[in-house]
Amino acid sequence: MRVVLAEDLFLLRDGLVRLLQAYDFEIAAAVETGPELSRALAELEPDVAVVDVRLPPTNTDEGLQCALEARRKRPGLPVLVLSQHVEQLYARELLADGSGGVGYLLKDRVFDAEQFVDAVRRVAAGGTAMDPQVIQQLLSRRAADDQPLARLTPRETEVLELMAQGRSNAAIAERLVVTERAIAKHTANIFAKLGLEVSDDDNRRVLAVLAYLNHGR
Amino acid sequence: MTNDKKSGRGSSARGMGRAALRGLALALVSLPGAVLCFVLSLVSIALIPIGVGIVTTPWVLTGVRAFADWRRVLAAEWGGVRIPPAYRPLPPDANPWSRTFGMLRDPATWRDLRWLPVDMTAGFVTALLPAVLLLYPLEGFAIAAGLWRVFVDSTGGTYWYGFVPVTDQTSAFGAAALGLGLLFCAHFFTARLLQVHFRLTRAVLGSNQGELAERVRVLTETRRDAVDTSAAELRRIERDLHDGAQARLVAMGMDLGTIEMLLEKDPAKAKQLVAQARRSSADALAELRDLVRGIHPPVLAERGLGDAVRALALRLPVATEVNVELTGRAEAPVESAAYFAVSEVLTNAVKHSGADRIWLDLHHTGDMLRVSVTDNGKGGAVVGAGSGLAGIERRLGTFDGVLAVSSPAGGPTMVTMEIPCALS
Repeated sequence: MRVVLAEDLFLLRDGLVRLLQAYDFEIAAAVETGPELSRALAELEPDVAVVDVRLPPTNTDEGLQCALEARRKRPGLPVLVLSQHVEQLYARELLADGSGGVGYLLKDRVFDAEQFVDAVRRVAAGGTAMDPQVIQQLLSRRAADDQPLARLTPRETEVLELMAQGRSNAAIAERLVVTERAIAKHTANIFAKLGLEVSDDDNRRVLAVLAYLNHGR
Repeated sequence: MTNDKKSGRGSSARGMGRAALRGLALALVSLPGAVLCFVLSLVSIALIPIGVGIVTTPWVLTGVRAFADWRRVLAAEWGGVRIPPAYRPLPPDANPWSRTFGMLRDPATWRDLRWLPVDMTAGFVTALLPAVLLLYPLEGFAIAAGLWRVFVDSTGGTYWYGFVPVTDQTSAFGAAALGLGLLFCAHFFTARLLQVHFRLTRAVLGSNQGELAERVRVLTETRRDAVDTSAAELRRIERDLHDGAQARLVAMGMDLGTIEMLLEKDPAKAKQLVAQARRSSADALAELRDLVRGIHPPVLAERGLGDAVRALALRLPVATEVNVELTGRAEAPVESAAYFAVSEVLTNAVKHSGADRIWLDLHHTGDMLRVSVTDNGKGGAVVGAGSGLAGIERRLGTFDGVLAVSSPAGGPTMVTMEIPCALS
């Protein structure tokens, strides 16, 4: 799997290259500025891009802008955005086109190599990987003024959180140490309470959840 | 071309007439007004030793100020002459004694009192002259038109119009000629004479020095506030780093040392410590992140005020409608001050108002950044000692910004902030 990596801090870039190589990714390019990233995404056509939000030369949100621009040119181009902080505003922008294949994680998540690599793979496969912090902010906000979310049981909320992060039923079952059938039951309940149609498509269900969470803003 | 000329002449004639009318009005009001104010002030101040003046002086001086303020307004509206008032503020709950002496100690009061005699003499004349210059020629024409007979008959000989002795129709025409000459002068001088009146008013009533002194006082105060605030902020950051991230990193270093030793002896225990070290590093990062957000929020640095405020609204537990109209970015310190002020106002609204909707409007017009935050809560917010709003006022004061709160009991609360700044 070919990866384009954009990160301006040498140490972190080096570390990410080594980490991804250790998990059998092929590093097509590891760049440090916005314009370099745009060029690499256009020319190398990677399977997935891992991008830092803040990149030179502006040192603002150049990385995010490049990623969004590249996705406009090539819809569905899988992009995993890393950031020192997570903002719902950015998450919304990434999810806005609804085509999946996006991820938005805190840089800290790199610490857990396996989970991080899992997220990269999920995004590359067209799934979603939202940082638990984003999901939590969304959930707590919505819970305050939305009836349907308030009706969820604590366990169902937990499942919804993991689901919104982009995990499969099997992964959720493993994480919560229950059977997959139990999770299937929970998801069915959640969908029923939220008034969503049941679907087998992992990607669609995450987007549906996020679309619901975004609803009304 | 001819049209232009005609309209030009027409407007200048109108301007002349307007200046004369305004001058007449000013003269009619300024003489009795100034005399009344001056006499009342003198009497009231003279009565201070027997006590009566203590009660009356604040009232009289307030009246004088109102009179002077009204003239300031007229000077600005009719003559385009700005005369900024520079009265010292008085505490609203002061007793008559401190009010009286507070006002008497104010140099602006003495400027008012000095201006009153000038206004009733030179001010009166300069205001009246434009009217005279326009009306007197009219008398000349009237005399030529036959009025001379009335005057000559009633006085029984010569009637003087200016320096022209009017005795018969011929000399009456002479009066008309003089009138014409005067009207010609009036064409050039009416508006200017009125201007002279306003300039005179400014020379006596205005005080650039007072304004400067006031400005210096305000600047000194806000600078002290700014230094205090930033020093406190630095102390907070130092303490947070010391107690938080720094301590965690030390703990991590110690864990790593232990891990190094345990690696061969007790791998299971080492693994446990590795997990702990990782948790510590994640916690340290989270703490640093919060600290950074408190110093300069990342979205603000990356996107500017508009999006930073939008991001802020997204995090609120209350539905918030954000409306931003900005064509560029303000300077970083202004952005930061505005952001934290908005953040504080929103936090207040969420905590205390009991509102379930908030409207935030942010726009920039005419070198002024305006933010208004409205909620549908229960109201009753006040700017005063100890309230968060006073802190915001101080924060904005550093940038000459102001804060206004309208919050009747029962709501709604509307907080408006204005900061003068340019966008780039």
